[in-house]
Amino acid sequence: MMYGILALIIIFACAGLIVMFGLIPGLRNTTYLRSIPAFERLRRALGESVEKGTRLHVSLGKSSLIQSTNTSALVGLTALEHVSLYSGTSDRPPIVSSGDGGLALLSQDAQRAAYRISDALESYNPDRAMMTGPTPFSYIAGALPLTDIENISAHILLGNFGPEVVLLTESGEMLSAYTFAGSDSLPAQAALYASAQEPLLGEELYAVPAYLECGRLHIASLMVQDILRWTVIVTLAAGAVLKLAGIL
Amino acid sequence: MRAPLSTAIAIAAGIVVLLGYFLPVPELKMIRSMLIDWAVIVAGIAGLIAIIHLVKVHIKKLSSEQNRDYYSLITLIAFFFTLAAGLLLSPSDQRFQQVVTSIQVPVEASLMGVLAISLTYASIRLFQRRKGWMPIIFAVSAVVFLILASGFLSIADQVPLVKTLMSALNMLPVAGARGILLGIALGSLTTGLRILLAADRPYSG
Repeated sequence: MMYGILALIIIFACAGLIVMFGLIPGLRNTTYLRSIPAFERLRRALGESVEKGTRLHVSLGKSSLIQSTNTSALVGLTALEHVSLYSGTSDRPPIVSSGDGGLALLSQDAQRAAYRISDALESYNPDRAMMTGPTPFSYIAGALPLTDIENISAHILLGNFGPEVVLLTESGEMLSAYTFAGSDSLPAQAALYASAQEPLLGEELYAVPAYLECGRLHIASLMVQDILRWTVIVTLAAGAVLKLAGIL
Repeated sequence: MRAPLSTAIAIAAGIVVLLGYFLPVPELKMIRSMLIDWAVIVAGIAGLIAIIHLVKVHIKKLSSEQNRDYYSLITLIAFFFTLAAGLLLSPSDQRFQQVVTSIQVPVEASLMGVLAISLTYASIRLFQRRKGWMPIIFAVSAVVFLILASGFLSIADQVPLVKTLMSALNMLPVAGARGILLGIALGSLTTGLRILLAADRPYSG
């Protein structure tokens, strides 16, 4: 009971901090964020895709919405909406693949929202976002032909993957496409570090919406994440010192 | 405001599930489990809709005038054959399971083989792509931990110094993985809070 209440206090305190930091004037300015070259190159790849009339491929992983690993896909969905807003009205709008039915429907919704905001709802095509397969390998195998057929210049892979994601990044590499990838899964992170051009490690994945300038609450949540990280570091260090001193 | 009704439902459901998880109030727990049951049903139906959509996309690809994709025909034949067999025999039928796994397992095993080669090739190319110390550290640590995990050095366990050194080395990836997982957990927490605060609304299309 006590631990439950303590956990709720921490969660609501974090929510309060996100709202509070979100009220800071000028927070939208990305000077609050440290420079990560991967995001600079992602922005460049988005611009080049619109200029050259090539397509972007966004892949959201295989996590079901009722699994605890779905937060990485939620980050992917926010990024997808922004990417679709940026390049949705171009000649070749982004295509989306996922390995779960719920994610596929949400990816269609995210794209639809981008078209609605751009006042171009008549150009929206739900067939550009689909579940390519329900199992990890069938999902990747289903997404592979897209890289061949659709003249894709950049792959944005954000979600829960297994090491089989290497097949997708290698396919992109063979066609000289740019690959930007992040996952919450440790085996996928190791595989992406070796195969993707721009891999995101650890919590960098959760910074994607803030770096894509999706909104002030995204930057605020990143600031709260930093506070939490330092709290955990200090607590762990203090615990180790107290254990060594024989107090704990 | 975008999709006010969907946003209100998402926030209310999220808060009730959160409270039901942490507070031992029977009414909250009951509502929480009911909401989760609904979510499971919705996820199942979403899977069904996504499969129907996938079939529709493949039919479109096959009937397209330009860039007709004949591989879609194989996908459709395999899909309808599996569907018909599943409906006639039921998914729990031994013969049905044997046919499906006899095809699926070898295909996935061959993909695993391709994956192993792709990973090796990507690891070699890592040195071209990334300059500096990180690729070297990555490669050396991969080799060291492969040797340690193989059990090849277990004969040296009788030497106390080697045993201590090996257990210290074995702790390094565990510590690193915990560090990364802690970061992911904190990221997941703030992402969940953004949904509760309606900063992220992937359902607002």
